[in-house]
Amino acid sequence: MGYDIPLCAVRLSIEMNAKPEAASDTVIEFRGVNYCINDIPARAIVSNVSLTVSRGETLVLLGRSGSGKTTLLKLINRMLLPSAGQVLVEGRATADYDPIRLRRGIGYVIQEAGLFPHFTIAENVGLVPSLEKWDSLRIAARVEELLHLVGLDPAEFSGRRPRELSGGQRQRVGVARALAADPPILLMDEPFGALDPVTRAELQREFSALARRLNKTIVFVTHDIREALLLGSRIALLQAGRLVALGPPHDFLRLEHPEVHAFTACLDSDNGISQ
Amino acid sequence: MTPWTFFLTHRSEIFHATFDHLILVVISMDIAIAIAIPLGMLIVQHPRLRAAALGIASIFQTIPSLALFGFLIPIPFIGGIGRRTAIVALVLYALLPILRNTYVGLSGIDPTILEAAEAMGMTNTQILLRVRFPLALSVILAGIRTATVITIGVATIAAAIGAGGLGTFIFRGVAMVNDSVILAGAIPAALLAIFADLLLGQLERRLKVI
Repeated sequence: MGYDIPLCAVRLSIEMNAKPEAASDTVIEFRGVNYCINDIPARAIVSNVSLTVSRGETLVLLGRSGSGKTTLLKLINRMLLPSAGQVLVEGRATADYDPIRLRRGIGYVIQEAGLFPHFTIAENVGLVPSLEKWDSLRIAARVEELLHLVGLDPAEFSGRRPRELSGGQRQRVGVARALAADPPILLMDEPFGALDPVTRAELQREFSALARRLNKTIVFVTHDIREALLLGSRIALLQAGRLVALGPPHDFLRLEHPEVHAFTACLDSDNGISQ
Repeated sequence: MTPWTFFLTHRSEIFHATFDHLILVVISMDIAIAIAIPLGMLIVQHPRLRAAALGIASIFQTIPSLALFGFLIPIPFIGGIGRRTAIVALVLYALLPILRNTYVGLSGIDPTILEAAEAMGMTNTQILLRVRFPLALSVILAGIRTATVITIGVATIAAAIGAGGLGTFIFRGVAMVNDSVILAGAIPAALLAIFADLLLGQLERRLKVI
């Protein structure tokens, strides 16, 4: 018995030390995270990534295809669990969360939106609130509010099915759906990747304004350096599963790393064409 | 006697046989659906049961129908002569198309949609009932349609073990070497199959999402 008390006291003091930090600034933290397929070390997708995401910031995960950026995103809402290391959300390891509860508190937007084709737009947007058993009036009001927020007229769109919408409109619905239960965290996996350039630019502009207004913590995956510069408060560059560069946009451009140069080079060549 | 005159003189008997036939098919299909769809949902969630369930259902399908009816006669409780045995055999026949289509439909959903569903915090049961099942419905119905057409045909053989239905005329006609009597069973059975196919095809198209 006399043995237990100091142990509890130690545990308590650790929690008390951890709490203020969690409540203040850091929302998501990667601590030495590795992820390998079937836990086979030779098939590592993410290697030793440590990274923190602060409240209200938009962290862009930039990298080529297969660099592990989507995997990092899925580690946050426990679609995947790390093979080694820890991912902490609000100071608590994702492994300790009930995955369903964790995911309902995190909005998720993917390429092509992943809308449910058999649901109307209103049903798609109201999905998480309905899972959370909100009453139908409150859901309807929330859906209307969100459709306005993403620039779609509720009267016109509520009753439609996803296939009756354009790609850009579907992506707006995807954003509205992710915001439905007002989650503090938003994960976005190349949400504008499949859109034509004009629509993409339009949605990027609107989204960056929206993101600032809503004060969400956003992790945004892209392979497009211009999108990263436009939307990110910080950019994390991944190469072959490793974090190779990290910084706010203006610093990022000056970083001395071959992979940073590779990305900034596409920026230069694009400018060359447009001038 | 031409088939037409035979039909006219025996029309009440033919209508009764058609009705009996239909009842046999409807009861068998209801039972087969009630078994195969939940079983299909189960094997999507538990891949280890998949090979066994589909394998067993396939084995029933390979047994010639007349032999299956024969095998069932000596089995206690489910066997014997009459409608009950016929229903057991018809259910066993109808299982595979429904089970296979249920499995294929439920497992063939666009992975992006399933990823979104999972990320929204839906439980596996919610994903199954609210996403997979509605999206698979037209494929499942296609299986029900195939099974129904097969069952209408196989049910004619059920007359061999005294289950009644349109097969009665076919067996009688074969015994009498009388084409008119055979046709009095075969034509209504074919028409039933065609109508069932059209009706379920229509429903299938209506339930199709995309």
